[in-house]
Amino acid sequence: MYFETWSAVWHMEGHGPYVWGAYSLTALVIVLLVLSPWVRARELTQDIRNEQRRAAAASALGADHASET
Amino acid sequence: MWSIVHKMGSPPWFFRFANGAIAWLLPIVLITLVVGCVWGLLIAPPDYRQGNSYRIIFIHVPAAVVALAGYYVMATAGLMSLVWKIKMADTAMRALAPVGAALTFVALVTGSIWGKPTWGAWWVWDARITSMLILLFLYLGVMALSEAFDNKVAAAKACAVLSLVGTVNIPIIYKSVDWWYSLHQPASIKFTGESAIDASMLYPLLLMIVAFYGLFALSVLLRMRTELLVTHRQSAWLRSELS
Repeated sequence: MYFETWSAVWHMEGHGPYVWGAYSLTALVIVLLVLSPWVRARELTQDIRNEQRRAAAASALGADHASET
Repeated sequence: MWSIVHKMGSPPWFFRFANGAIAWLLPIVLITLVVGCVWGLLIAPPDYRQGNSYRIIFIHVPAAVVALAGYYVMATAGLMSLVWKIKMADTAMRALAPVGAALTFVALVTGSIWGKPTWGAWWVWDARITSMLILLFLYLGVMALSEAFDNKVAAAKACAVLSLVGTVNIPIIYKSVDWWYSLHQPASIKFTGESAIDASMLYPLLLMIVAFYGLFALSVLLRMRTELLVTHRQSAWLRSELS
């Protein structure tokens, strides 16, 4: 490691706020870039699966009725 | 070549491909990003003139490089959508634009933060910076156009034309530091000849460029997969894929 102490890492000889500010902002954008489509895909998948389950249940019910009559 | 284009154009094939690629890319991107950041922030020596502020290079340059390369990818998708009317290319274009915009934004903002301690100003109307700002507007323009039409075919056409016209800007960005007397420093890495950067800084920079390319691919594939889930919601192949 180049720095001697963690506080030196934080301060970076006066450039700390610039460097850490730039890195935090980039980290935020990266997290959003990956997370937003990820979450959306999860919701959609869940939605489609629920719909499938309901359709399957409905058709099973319909088949029951058909066999009773 | 044609069989690949044909396969890529098939939504079921692409959906499976994206699922596999995402599973591979996620750990690779995570590891390269973490290692690259630790290397660049803690291990690499400071620059003898700029001090520690130069450490912003490890995110600034990768974001800019991938934002530029991503524009070519988007324009190529636009061309394919325009010439062969491949729907998948249109999906790719719509996924590429926001990712490219985000990376251009990162390049601009980190550059601005780097500029303050180095040049003494947050912003200068320099050729490199101005042409990067135009790149951001081109990406935003494609995003806006893709939402501006009720007719999907017309939207795809408009996006493709704008992205193709915008490619004029890319060589200008690359060459801006040579063509104009610029405040922006010239390229650190050169394809031909020796790089103007020491190995102790070059390796973490190359690693971060790899990480950002991976991040770009990951994010685009995630978006394309999400769009397929929306547009092919009623398709039998998607339903059997999910069950």
